[in-house]
Amino acid sequence: MTAHDLVFVIVGLVTAVSAILVVTSRHLMHAALYLALTLTGIGGVFLVLGAGFIALVQVVVYVGAVAVLFLFGLMLTRAPIGREALDSQNRGLGLAVAGALFVLLAALIIPAFGGESTAEVTGPTIEAIGIAIFADWVLPFEVLSMLLLAALIGAILLARREAGESGTEAEVTRIEMGEALADEPDRHEAVGTSAPAGELGAGGGR
Amino acid sequence: MSFYQQYGIVAIVAVFGALLYAVIMLVNRIMRPTIPSPLKLSVYECGVESEGVGWSQMNIRYYVFAFLFVIFDVEAVFIFPWAVIVGDLDATTRISPVFALVAMFLFIGTLLEGLAYAWKKGVLTWE
Repeated sequence: MTAHDLVFVIVGLVTAVSAILVVTSRHLMHAALYLALTLTGIGGVFLVLGAGFIALVQVVVYVGAVAVLFLFGLMLTRAPIGREALDSQNRGLGLAVAGALFVLLAALIIPAFGGESTAEVTGPTIEAIGIAIFADWVLPFEVLSMLLLAALIGAILLARREAGESGTEAEVTRIEMGEALADEPDRHEAVGTSAPAGELGAGGGR
Repeated sequence: MSFYQQYGIVAIVAVFGALLYAVIMLVNRIMRPTIPSPLKLSVYECGVESEGVGWSQMNIRYYVFAFLFVIFDVEAVFIFPWAVIVGDLDATTRISPVFALVAMFLFIGTLLEGLAYAWKKGVLTWE
């Protein structure tokens, strides 16, 4: 067992344990944070395999962005969050599906690559990837910025509807902290006269 | 530089940092007197007294900022390989430095258009 294997085993163990904690945690927020740890661990696995750029992408995009989106989603929709009975009573089924998937993947991977001689892994360096992007793949790279732009504009369009556009939420969507709505009856009235159909937050319009 | 030289340094820094934290906290715990009092748990020169539970619902409008963050996060991923190579480019390399610069600024410029769109639509302002 080389030092490389040892690092791989440690990183893999951290990943596996935190993945188990994701599904066994009783606190939704903790589960999301364990998910971030799991994704970091997968980034570590990529690093051990010599794929530095993929590890970077894993950490920046999955841990930095996707896990943050998860936390945002939880804070925005499931609050107040606390200790709750998070048990769908499907342990047997879940275990069976996960076990079947493991057996399937092992049955595919071990015969396919089991006989390969082991060698020191050397992935492409980040310099090689940079040269490849700007020498051979400039056009896809620029088209990618268009894709990201489309995603950005689409997200803005979905998130924000202006007054008068189709849809139920107008400028009066007031989903705020707890009791703030109940304390503002005058606003409720003012809004109710101007845009009765567009009212969502105050609870009277629909 | 080999894998272990590169990331061994990172690991040593991480371990040393954790040890430093542990030692400082341990010394602190050993040396300080322990006189607990409920007054010490009160808010002192740290803003107003908090009310309600900590896990309150956030304003839904923060989600737009999360969206914007994800898009620009993906953009940042592509700046890393560019930043690594752009300093080594000159007339002898396959890519000319001006070409790499223009390509990257086209990329950033396209996404800046999106930011300008968000600005124009008033997403960035808080009414």
